[in-house]
Formats: sequence, structure tokens, C-alpha cells
Amino acid sequence: MSDTKPQKHLPLEALHEDANARFGTFAGWRMPLTYPAGVMKEHLHTRESAGLFDISHMQLFEVEGAGAADFLSRACPIDAAALKEGQSKYTVLLNENAGIIDDLIVTRLGENRFMVVANAGNADKDEAHFRAIATAFEVSLTPLERVLLALQGPEAEAAMIAAGLDLSDLTFMTGTEPRKGWFAARSGYTGEDGFEVALPVDEAERFVRTLLDDERVQWVGLAARDSLRLEAGLCLHGQDLDENTDPASAAILWAVPKALREKGQFIGAEALQKIIADGAREKRVGLKPEGRQPVRAGALLINEAGERVGRVTSGGFGPSAGHPVAMGYVAKPLSAPGTRLFTEVRGNRIALDVHPLPFTPQRYKKG
Amino acid sequence: MSQTYFTEDHEWIKVENGVATVGITDYAQEQLGDLVFVELPETGATLSKGDTAVVVESVKAASDVYAPVDGEVAEVNDALTGDPALVNSAPTGDGWLWKMKLADESQLEGLMDEAAYKASIA
Repeated sequence: MSDTKPQKHLPLEALHEDANARFGTFAGWRMPLTYPAGVMKEHLHTRESAGLFDISHMQLFEVEGAGAADFLSRACPIDAAALKEGQSKYTVLLNENAGIIDDLIVTRLGENRFMVVANAGNADKDEAHFRAIATAFEVSLTPLERVLLALQGPEAEAAMIAAGLDLSDLTFMTGTEPRKGWFAARSGYTGEDGFEVALPVDEAERFVRTLLDDERVQWVGLAARDSLRLEAGLCLHGQDLDENTDPASAAILWAVPKALREKGQFIGAEALQKIIADGAREKRVGLKPEGRQPVRAGALLINEAGERVGRVTSGGFGPSAGHPVAMGYVAKPLSAPGTRLFTEVRGNRIALDVHPLPFTPQRYKKG
Repeated sequence: MSQTYFTEDHEWIKVENGVATVGITDYAQEQLGDLVFVELPETGATLSKGDTAVVVESVKAASDVYAPVDGEVAEVNDALTGDPALVNSAPTGDGWLWKMKLADESQLEGLMDEAAYKASIA
């Protein structure tokens, strides 16, 4: 991140200060990393009850106009016109080489209206990319100023209802506009059932206080957000995905329907077709280090003979899994679960096995 | 008769009969967060002041703990292998890290006492 830019502050920063959060910088934002409960308890609380995350650093874009669906189908490998109203879709922005500029969630709000949620660190880049494409379409792109909250865990639905927001009609990967200026989707980044709710800044403090009055709800910081998503096998752009990785290597081809790959309407389609035809040389996999020692992002993976065969892109400890968890890229022939690999941490050789993702079962409320 | 010293790196050193027990302070464990792994030195290893003696790993990151003075590792806290969270729950008690035979007791003179340490983190 650039050091010359001023640090950005969450609209509800004072609430996090009151909650005695420990802060750190992420993607240029001053973010709560942990609260006094600590990462372990925050993580487990999310899996057992309901964790509240302030993710207002993420950027919402409203896409509107007669050409909105065509525009999105050009920018992303999705068939936006085929999305039903209220349907959300995980997708990516690709460059001409099929490199992943960002990963996004797109939700259809109406005939000619969509909501896009983008990563904080890529928001400026995404906006420029979108605007360059938008010139060829009848579409407007509006970055929204909102507080974005995630409430995740088995008690999330009940806690939302108790706070006056009944989202029980939503199923996983659907969204709605429950109030004027609000957007809510049944989605998240933890592997648990839950919601992401965007709301106007001046209504946010009251809503958050109402949620926190519920003993089932606790603040959860960015540190546990990372351990939760890693256990859930979900990618972090900038670590597990970047412009040098493509959807085939990243094992997210499920997000790119086969018919679209062949139709080739989206940017990067040709390159992606070629990668698929030639066969991706590496693949993103889960990795389970043997023993207790975590293996971190950046560690190189080697085979028995000591030859370099891959790299770790995310790694840490999984509080619910009860052991270290990691993911990374390995040479395709070594991507089968159970394949034994090694890495060196401070001169010690540590064995890791390729492990199916997720590490902990996903508990989404599917329709 | 024992005496406890503190370093700017948030370690405590309790000295009894030429043997120092070393750990991290409550402030340090709070900064680090929940520990999930502690890499201890070998008994008998010779450490010079400033060497990495121990690596403590939290859910998110690994941090070095440096040897505060010169000496030879006399004992390590093996309980931490199975229960690294002892460092969080009892940093100045059961969560001690290692013991070392001091090579040069005069090195202790440069360290802080408890009052000075508390003032430094206030």
C-alpha cells in the first residue's frame, strides 16, 4: 500500500474504540484486528453464535442502466442477464490474460440495476477498470457510501430478526433492499450462515447498538475474519488470487459457467480458454501442516527431493479445526488430497499434506 | 533471594543463583494475542544477547523473543509444546519460556527494574 495516502477511517470507528479494539492497517484502512476477547474466542463465537464484523472498508458499486447486464457480462465472466432478481453471484474481474484483478459479488436488484461488492484494496483499481469498460455501454457506475456489516454464525438470522430486520426469506447467495438505502444479502466470508448488510451511515450506529444489545452478538475483528475464511477455504485477493493467477489455476472455475467460457463475451475469455485447453500448470489446494507449527504465506513448498513444487499463499492456525491450516499453489500432478509436501520454517523441515477444502464444513442456508 | 529485570522487548528475567528464568510480560502477551505455537531452543545451546531464543506464533503471525543476556540454555518449558496458551494465561508464571546460566552477570545492570518497565509502557 502507498504510504503517501492518508489512512482511511471506518465511519463507526468510535464504536470500535469504545469496544477496546486493537487496530491495524489493512488495505489503507484503520481496522479493528481484535477485541479484548481475542482472535480465538472471536473465531469460535462466530461458529457457535453470531459474530458481527464491520467491513465498511469494502466498496459497493451500484450499476444501473439499460446496458447494465451487458456491461457486467463484458466486465465479468457471468451471464448477468440470466440472473434472477435478488440472485447473487460470486465472480471475478479478469484482465486480457485471464489474470484476476479482483473477486466480487454481483447481485441483481432489478431489471436494469445491480449491486457489486468489491475488495477494499482493489476498489480504486476496479472502479477505473469498470469505467473504462462502461464507456461502451449505456450504464452508470456509482460508488456508494455505506456502512457494511456482516453478521455470521448459526444465530445470525435470529439476531437479525430480534434487531428488527427479518431476512429469513433470503437463501444463500440472494439479496434484497429491505429499507431505503439498505442492501442485505445472505452471504459472507466465514463458511457460516449469515448476512452482509449495507446501510446508510447515519442509521448505522443505532442498528449496531441494537445488534450488540443481544448477548448472542459479539464484535469480531479482522484477525478472526481471516482465520474463519481460511478454514472455510475462501480466497483472499492479494494473497490467494492476483493478476498472475487465473480462475483455472485458482480452482474457481465453478464460478465461470462452461457455456460462457465458450461464448467468450467477457474480457479474458480467449486467454482463459487457452489455459483450460492447455491445462493449468498449477492448482490452488488446501494444505494441512503436520504438528502444531503454523506455515505462513510466502513459504515455499518442496517435494521429498527438495525441489520447489509450489508456494503457500495463506496460512495460520485454525481455531475450529484445532490445527494449522494453509492454502497455496502446487504443480498440478501434486494437487491430489493426501499428497505429501514439505516446507522449511526457520531451518526446520515441516511436512504438509494436500487437504480438501474447506477445513471446516460450510453451513450455508441453501434454498 | 531473587531479582526480576525487564527489557525494552517486553521480556522479564528472574535471576536466582546465577540462573535466569526468561518469559514475556503480560503486556507482550496481550499485544501478541492468542499463541498457538512456541518454538523453544535446545537445552545446552549457547545464546548471545540479541539472538533469537524463542519464536512465539499467534493465530496470525510469528514473533521472535531475543536472548536478553549471554548464557547457556539450562532448561526449557516443555509444557508449552502441548499448551502454548499458558504464555497468555500465565506469562510471568507457568508460561515462562526458558532458563539460562548467565555468562556475565554484569549485563543485568543495563536492564530495567519493574518500576522502570511499568513506566515505559504506561
